[in-house]
Amino acid sequence: MRPFLAEVHGNASSIHSAGRRAHEGVETARRRVARLLHCRPRRIVFTGGGSEADNLALKGVVFARWPGPGRVITGEIEHPAVLQAARFLERIGVPVTWLGVDEHGLIQPSELEEAITGDTALVSLMLANNEVGTIQPVKELARIAHEAGALFHTDAVQAAGKIPLDVEALGVDLLTISAHKFHGPQGVGALYVRERVELAPLVHGGKQERGLRAGTENVAGIAGMGAAAQRALRGLDSMAEVAGLRDRLERGIRDRLPDARTNGHPDRRLPNTLNVTLPGIRGESLVVALDQRGVALSSGSACKSGSPDPTHVLLAMGRSAEEAHRAVRFSLSADSSERDVDAALAALDAVLDEMANTVRFLPCK
Amino acid sequence: MPVKEKKRPAVDAGARVGGPVYLDHSATTPVDPEVADLVHRVMLEGWGNPSSKYKPGNAAKIVLERSRERVANLLGAPKEDVFFTSGGTESDNLAIFGVMEAARDAGRGDHFITDAIEHSAVLHTVDALREDGFRVTVLPVTAGGFVEPDALRDAIDDRTVLASVMHVNNEIGTIEPIRELAAVAHERGVLFHTDAVQSFGKEALDVRESEVDLVSVSSHKIYGPKGVGALYIRHGVEIRPRQFGGGQERGIRTGTENMPGIAGFGAAAELCGERMDADRERIGALCDRFLGWIRDECGGDVLVNGSRENRIYLNLNLRFPDVEGESLLLALDLDGIAVSTGSACSSGSTEPSHVLLALGLSEQEAHSSIRLTLGRGNDEVGLRYAAECIGRHVRRLREMAAW
Repeated sequence: MRPFLAEVHGNASSIHSAGRRAHEGVETARRRVARLLHCRPRRIVFTGGGSEADNLALKGVVFARWPGPGRVITGEIEHPAVLQAARFLERIGVPVTWLGVDEHGLIQPSELEEAITGDTALVSLMLANNEVGTIQPVKELARIAHEAGALFHTDAVQAAGKIPLDVEALGVDLLTISAHKFHGPQGVGALYVRERVELAPLVHGGKQERGLRAGTENVAGIAGMGAAAQRALRGLDSMAEVAGLRDRLERGIRDRLPDARTNGHPDRRLPNTLNVTLPGIRGESLVVALDQRGVALSSGSACKSGSPDPTHVLLAMGRSAEEAHRAVRFSLSADSSERDVDAALAALDAVLDEMANTVRFLPCK
Repeated sequence: MPVKEKKRPAVDAGARVGGPVYLDHSATTPVDPEVADLVHRVMLEGWGNPSSKYKPGNAAKIVLERSRERVANLLGAPKEDVFFTSGGTESDNLAIFGVMEAARDAGRGDHFITDAIEHSAVLHTVDALREDGFRVTVLPVTAGGFVEPDALRDAIDDRTVLASVMHVNNEIGTIEPIRELAAVAHERGVLFHTDAVQSFGKEALDVRESEVDLVSVSSHKIYGPKGVGALYIRHGVEIRPRQFGGGQERGIRTGTENMPGIAGFGAAAELCGERMDADRERIGALCDRFLGWIRDECGGDVLVNGSRENRIYLNLNLRFPDVEGESLLLALDLDGIAVSTGSACSSGSTEPSHVLLALGLSEQEAHSSIRLTLGRGNDEVGLRYAAECIGRHVRRLREMAAW
């Protein structure tokens, strides 16, 4: 990104050479992101982040057909960007069907088959859940959507850089990714848009991104996303190691707390994600206690931090509010090491020790 | 057409005498080195998600609020009224759609007023609003490029919700009388939005004095990074968000905050506040002399589009009769001089500038114009060189046209 912050400062839409260099930076990044998703570069639309890409997918499809029929089918454990966009559509009169999940956070294709109707415009189901890491059978879900004549969108924000992505193999029409979830900068994301999929833009103005997303391109951010995509593609090989570390952490927690319960699918799960319900410890208290010892984790997704509500994902998986409050999420990366995992476990020991000597059972409400 | 990254020379016109000279500061500005350092540092060290509860997240939250304060200070606004977005275009869209939709939901009206020389981020919302069933009035401008308060007064009806007039025009640099316009709007209970992307940090704009209700600003026009902007929303103005999700920016603009960008924007805003007077004095004086040099080099016939009074100090929009603006631009580019023929957003299109047409220029006159916008990096040596090149090309192109 550095060269695009400090030296190449053109507006990518300008036709002089400063502008053309910026434009080349954007197009190089587009090719790199396209390679990560296995699509042609012109199918990539850069946005201001994952939330915007999700909003563009849902509202863009519905509004392009407006006021035609436009049922939207989505899931209960989607990221708030999809959930809230769908709720907004519901408020303005668009019929929305909500699919539940099983205890592992998995959507059953048979449920989509039953729910889908002839007037369905779009099915939006995430590729991998951000809180528990469960990987959905997107290929099959997309096939069902297509058989009913609907488009299929998937939020792949959590999956990018962790599992291989191939829009052709998945058979999706729209796919969202966000740079800062695979070691790129914040404030930039992308939407894959299959050829001939009609979308109404959300932001009107200049003709950037083929009219689908007006606004001067965030050249440095986009260049950073491109570089991160290139690294993410190379780094996929190391994800088996990350899964190994994750399993080491999981074992360590179980050794200390045999009643700990892992949330999410045992096999179909992101290699870096570990979501566990701990017996008798409020997740939030653990987040704060471990933070004091230099370990950053979360009790739900960051977007909902600070909110006292239990996570909607675990509730949808059939956990009680009390169980949901006792859950914490560890998310690792290729930068994590065995030492980090051991340090986290040592910090957990210290916290448990401290709690044993003070108030073992923090009340959950 | 795309060139391999490695092949890109650091500065391809560096070897030429006098070049490169960047004269397209209204399209975008180079990032201030101090700001670029900060962006880089925040990216590497302060990468937390401000919504998270642990330390990296807390640090990000502090940076976020500090930047908000810096941007607010430059507008004379309370920091709670400033909302970060991904840029000026998004701010404009949010202001206009957000206010119009909220008013319609509440049954308060359906009429929007703007003018013919707005940036495409505002003008292109007009079509979308009309498709959605709103009524829109587009006010004309004077030959000098100004919206007249009386024209606004006449256009307001009982169902008017919002008027939007830019502070400084991006092509001809005219400073619109937004204070009077806002007062006219308020007489009738109409809200007033201004796109201040071109004026922010350059011409004073204090929301307490000008009494505007919504202001759009952008970072990359004030030597900050691209991909970040803000919308000032006066407390109490009802607005409906355009994007839904995690509820960041108090639900007005959801999505993980672009921390490095926001930090850079804040720092750039603070620098602009400190340097505003000095910049105006130095760059303004240079700009006046630059016009003189260009006239000397071209031997007369150089016309200024738009009023020369009430114009931002850094803008020259010049018309060279018998010269094709685009040819001049490309010739200058080879000399290492970057200029534009209109706004960057409409570059590459063969349409004449809607702004110049709105002033009453013919298509041919519009096509023989170029825009030169100065900034902090310009100096006398570079501008003399640029004037010399402009003169040389103008004389040559005129000869060709005569032939």
